[in-house]
Amino acid sequence: MSKRRRVLPGFPFAMGYSMFYLSIIVLLPLAALILKSAQLSWDDFWKTANSDVVRASYRLTFQASAAAALINGLFGLIIAWVLVRCPFPGCRLFDAVVDFPFALPTAVAGLTFGSLYAGMPWIEQILIGDWVTAAWNSTAGRIDALTLGPRTLSGLNELRVVLMLTFVSLPFVIRTVQPVLQEWEIETEQAAHSLGASNWLTFRRVIMPELMPAWLSGMALAFARSVGEYGSVIFVTGNIPGKSQIAPVQIMQQLEEYRYAQATAIGVVLLGVALLVLLLVNVLQWWANRQAR
Amino acid sequence: MRLLKKIVAPAVLALSAIGFVHHASAQEKSATLLNVSYDPTRELYDEVNRLFAKQYKSTAGVDVKIEQSHGGSSKQARSVVDGLKADVVTLALGYDITAIEKAGLIEKGWEKEFPGNSSPYTSTIVFVVRKGNPKGIKTWADLVKQGNQVIVANPKTSGAARWAFLAGWGDAAKAKTYDLSKADQVKASTDAAAAAKDHPAYNSAEARAYVAALYKNVPVLDSGARGSTVTFAQKNVGDVLLNWENEAHLVLEEFGKDKFDIIYPPVSILAEPQVAIVDKTVDAKGTRKIAEAYLNFLYTKEVQDVAGQLHYRPRDTEVLARYSDSLPKIQLFTIDETFGGWDKATKAFFADGGVFDQIYAVK
Repeated sequence: MSKRRRVLPGFPFAMGYSMFYLSIIVLLPLAALILKSAQLSWDDFWKTANSDVVRASYRLTFQASAAAALINGLFGLIIAWVLVRCPFPGCRLFDAVVDFPFALPTAVAGLTFGSLYAGMPWIEQILIGDWVTAAWNSTAGRIDALTLGPRTLSGLNELRVVLMLTFVSLPFVIRTVQPVLQEWEIETEQAAHSLGASNWLTFRRVIMPELMPAWLSGMALAFARSVGEYGSVIFVTGNIPGKSQIAPVQIMQQLEEYRYAQATAIGVVLLGVALLVLLLVNVLQWWANRQAR
Repeated sequence: MRLLKKIVAPAVLALSAIGFVHHASAQEKSATLLNVSYDPTRELYDEVNRLFAKQYKSTAGVDVKIEQSHGGSSKQARSVVDGLKADVVTLALGYDITAIEKAGLIEKGWEKEFPGNSSPYTSTIVFVVRKGNPKGIKTWADLVKQGNQVIVANPKTSGAARWAFLAGWGDAAKAKTYDLSKADQVKASTDAAAAAKDHPAYNSAEARAYVAALYKNVPVLDSGARGSTVTFAQKNVGDVLLNWENEAHLVLEEFGKDKFDIIYPPVSILAEPQVAIVDKTVDAKGTRKIAEAYLNFLYTKEVQDVAGQLHYRPRDTEVLARYSDSLPKIQLFTIDETFGGWDKATKAFFADGGVFDQIYAVK
């Protein structure tokens, strides 16, 4: 697949304008955030951003976001695959449904989930029943023991958060992978088969390298979006400090106490981790691209 | 990849550009007043504003338009500090008004500017239980029994939850209570509050143990009073809800009297939502006279009656007596006498590293 290079007129101007626009819209507020937290001494910053309760809230936020991104990575890929091939009439409708979580106010989504569990507890039993919770607790417990020390989080609450975030960030993976699949030429697959490659080998060596960059960025976006999610999660979890409280709730709590700088300190840590993850994904993409050649 | 960026970038931008833009248009020389209030007072001030506009037109001959803003009490106070041009604030607790004072927008001594601690109506914290009170919850002590699930909001973010915390603490610390439906008892309580020098309630080991046990029984901590109502009444979580008296009546009206009962504990706290003029704004806009008339209007029989209808406790004991059915007598203690006011209570209980944080410290 060769890339067509188009020479756009007026590129320097466009570039200058883009940089300016991005600075005003994105970088300036971020700089303000960091400046605000810089009002704190290192000591205070560290005390706020590293208190036990806040640490537990990071753990919940990042673990649940990572889990949601991975779940969406797997199922989003499958859904995108099906939607592109569109094997049945009416799957266009499903294609439209995918964007729902983008359009729905998150508070409404949270309330819906909360009422759903309340009205039909068996749904929750099916999705996150005892054995799922037990499996999650032992897995997360192991990861925690290796990295962060013993767990205080409540498994069931954490899974509720994972489920909520999975809903909220569902479109990202699907919408990033779809266009790549759409432009995918089926002949490539057929060529691989005719050369004697098995299905699995074809998938691994032909399809996946092509998909990898889009798939990774979809998951990274899903993760980053989940880290900042507030509106829906507060409806489905207990919000108990140290047990089932996400980091954005901690930020709100600091704001309520008129501790603006401390609130931004927690925000800066969230931002830092999200940026790190995005950077890591870029490195992975670069590596995947090299593998693909 | 290029196509991908085209699709995703706008989506991400749209999602990340979520923010609140407060916009208060205040034109000078026209009599427009902005009242920044807390969450549950919507119905109250709708009615008050209608009545006041009528009254002011007939007495002063001026057309007044009153704009309202509602939200969580602390959040509203922050909006005012951050530049929302409120003429008057009518908030859930004095501490939030003090925060605006500290920002230099309200002059000192606002608590004394209007009668009754600048608090035109009061309220208290009561229990809402499932119909028939299956768990037999009657007193504060019942809340900490094994297996009773209590729904209350997070006192770090909710005014009602702060009052509830203080109510439980004061009950355990055996705070001195009054029957505030009698005028002489009202006077006795304010005199006692003014004379109180030290506040032994803070050192009560029983009270500390009580609140620690109480929050062990709380499965969900919502961020606001209304959120905890939804958790209890709509999601059916918990056995008892601690909330404003007016919110409790609302639960019965909204969700059905056949589903819930209100339980009055023997003792609770006198919750005083306070009001103040934002001096800096009214001086800039030249609306001081109207703002004063507006807040004084809250003390008229007419408005006191409206407050009673909406299940707030009128300051006027005569009007309060008319509503003795829906607002029964209850022994109340005051924050001023028991805890020496909001500043002290906030520092000890709700500030960073205070008692509430200690309860939830990760072991």
